[in-house]
Amino acid sequence: MQQSTVLQSLRARIAQIEGSVQSHAVVPFGIDAIDRHLPSGGIAAGALHEVAGSPELADDAAATVFLAGILARFDGPVFWCLRWRDLFAPALHLAGLHPDRVIFVEAGSDTNVLTAMEECLRHEGLGGVVGEVKAITSTASKRLQLAAEKSGVPAFVMRRALAADGKSDGSAAVTRWRIQASPSEKLGIPSLARPRWQMQLERVRGGEPQYWTVEGCDAQGRIALPADLVDRPAAQEDRQAAA
Amino acid sequence: MTVTRARSLAPELILIDADPEDDLEGLRRLTLWAGTRYSPLVAPDPPNGIWLDITGCAHRFDGEGPLLKDILRRVSASGLSCQVAVADTAGCAHAVARHVPSGRPTIVEPGKARAALSILPIAALRIEPGVADELRRMGFDRVEQLIAAPRAPLVKRFGKQLYKRLDQALGQIPEPIEPIFPPSVPRVRRALLEPISTADAFAQVITDLAADIAHRLSVEGKGARRLDLFFERVDGQPQAIRIGTASPSRDAKHLAKLLCQRIEMIDPGMGVEAMSLVAPLIEPLGAGDLGQLITRRGKEPDLTALIDALANRFGQRRLYRLAPRASTMPERELGSVPPLSPAVSAGWDEDAPRPSRMIIPPEAVEVTAMLPDHPPAMFIWRGRRHRVAQADGPERLHGEWWREHGHEADAPYAVRDYFQVETTTGGRYWLFRLGDGERPVTGPMKWFIHGAFA
Repeated sequence: MQQSTVLQSLRARIAQIEGSVQSHAVVPFGIDAIDRHLPSGGIAAGALHEVAGSPELADDAAATVFLAGILARFDGPVFWCLRWRDLFAPALHLAGLHPDRVIFVEAGSDTNVLTAMEECLRHEGLGGVVGEVKAITSTASKRLQLAAEKSGVPAFVMRRALAADGKSDGSAAVTRWRIQASPSEKLGIPSLARPRWQMQLERVRGGEPQYWTVEGCDAQGRIALPADLVDRPAAQEDRQAAA
Repeated sequence: MTVTRARSLAPELILIDADPEDDLEGLRRLTLWAGTRYSPLVAPDPPNGIWLDITGCAHRFDGEGPLLKDILRRVSASGLSCQVAVADTAGCAHAVARHVPSGRPTIVEPGKARAALSILPIAALRIEPGVADELRRMGFDRVEQLIAAPRAPLVKRFGKQLYKRLDQALGQIPEPIEPIFPPSVPRVRRALLEPISTADAFAQVITDLAADIAHRLSVEGKGARRLDLFFERVDGQPQAIRIGTASPSRDAKHLAKLLCQRIEMIDPGMGVEAMSLVAPLIEPLGAGDLGQLITRRGKEPDLTALIDALANRFGQRRLYRLAPRASTMPERELGSVPPLSPAVSAGWDEDAPRPSRMIIPPEAVEVTAMLPDHPPAMFIWRGRRHRVAQADGPERLHGEWWREHGHEADAPYAVRDYFQVETTTGGRYWLFRLGDGERPVTGPMKWFIHGAFA
């Protein structure tokens, strides 16, 4: 018990030194198994987050909906900066992100997307800023992180078609997620169940990488743990660690 | 022909003295009229022409063709005869309007200026008649010969003006028109003591000009939707930048910021000796409206400043919201609306599954499926084999046969059967089969991939 208090105070001090003291809104996933691995208890506003799929289009599609689900639960207008128009807005709506809230910026190139993101992030009161890029340099990510910290707006960089070994070393992002499609439950009728994703928390400032299998966003943008998987390995490990 | 001879031929002839000044004044009036109707940037081109910069204006008339027809109709109705042409450059439009005797509006498609010019006679280039005559004597009849000829000897003989005109017409060097404005357009100007050429100095002058124009606008109860900033260079070559705002504004700081973003586009040359700021497009912005702005700021963020900054950097069309549109074809289910337009509130049908990433246009895939009703069991896309584990469908969508364009032009009665398939690795894709399997007119029974789901 004492040990954990010490650890906690140390973490708080490190956070203070790193300048990531929480004073912004946090949107939790609403699933304890996930939220407790995130030092801020969820996706924090005023910080940069990285989300990636894979070179498979279906994985990028899943990452898109994952993002839409998070943004659906923040308040305020969302700026979505794209390179070209391949995003299909009805799917965002199905994840709870209403089309009236999203303003698209078709910026054309990675550099322009990042410029547009930075411009947006200087503006307070936004519900979120998303930028879809192929690559981002460490300097650019630091600039975005600083801008986000200052305005308190959640920032998301979506890495398009990022290969499995695609490293983003030196990124200033607070969390890095990788979302990949996973086989869903077989219903036994000619219909499809709720989609399933492999959700990897590849990097988190002040925490350990984690790995979950979740069910995709519902109409309010909430993900869920599949009923038949809740008591499987990941959860068991945690229990042992807690014991 | 002398007057005496003309009179001897037609005694009833009425004589009116030529009055170039009055003609010029008439041209000015016509220009100002065009300025209110077609484009804010208009300039008289004496003795008998008018420039209109219709960049971004044509959509109000549903395209350049209808705009030109409108000009032709209205000007003819007032008893004048006219020739109209639109092209990428002022020089090209000038040449085509005067040397293509079609009697109809002529539109030179973007990028076709060179092709359109090359067949025209040399005189189309707005060069002095003496030079044109001499060129003709040397064997130059058409512009294309001039384009092909080596430059140096001709420049030596005729001076730089000849090629300047050619390059202007081809769009290789800019030729800004010097617009005129009715007295009602707010306009402020600052002459500078010494020519300036640094970005900081420009920014300072812009701040001053923005404050000036904001004051003018507040006196009149107006807000600017568009601002043009003109730089008067020492060498007489004018430079201009234009910004637009999503809603009327007279916030000096905001306007100055938008203008300053564009400073890098200015080539100061030897220096700029005066700058003027014009608000060619203004809209009422009363005290009441301002009050609303203040109260609104408390509840939700005021996005106009941000939208303007982005729109001026990337272009207004690159900034949009997507709103539902009634259509049976999924790619047409959404339409862009301006970012600050009122909320649409309605969304899309929440029961219809729609992918989050579209493949536009749909790509052909090789599919193994049992006909006619079974979903695919396997498909090959971009050279990779995807085995289907589960599927849902079909969702049958009919083509919009009443449309004239798009794929309906070829196949008005197309039917698409959409299947949502999940591969063995869990990826979900949207495939469709063109054709209902009964009537060939609905499609050739080929398979396509149209998107990926979450």
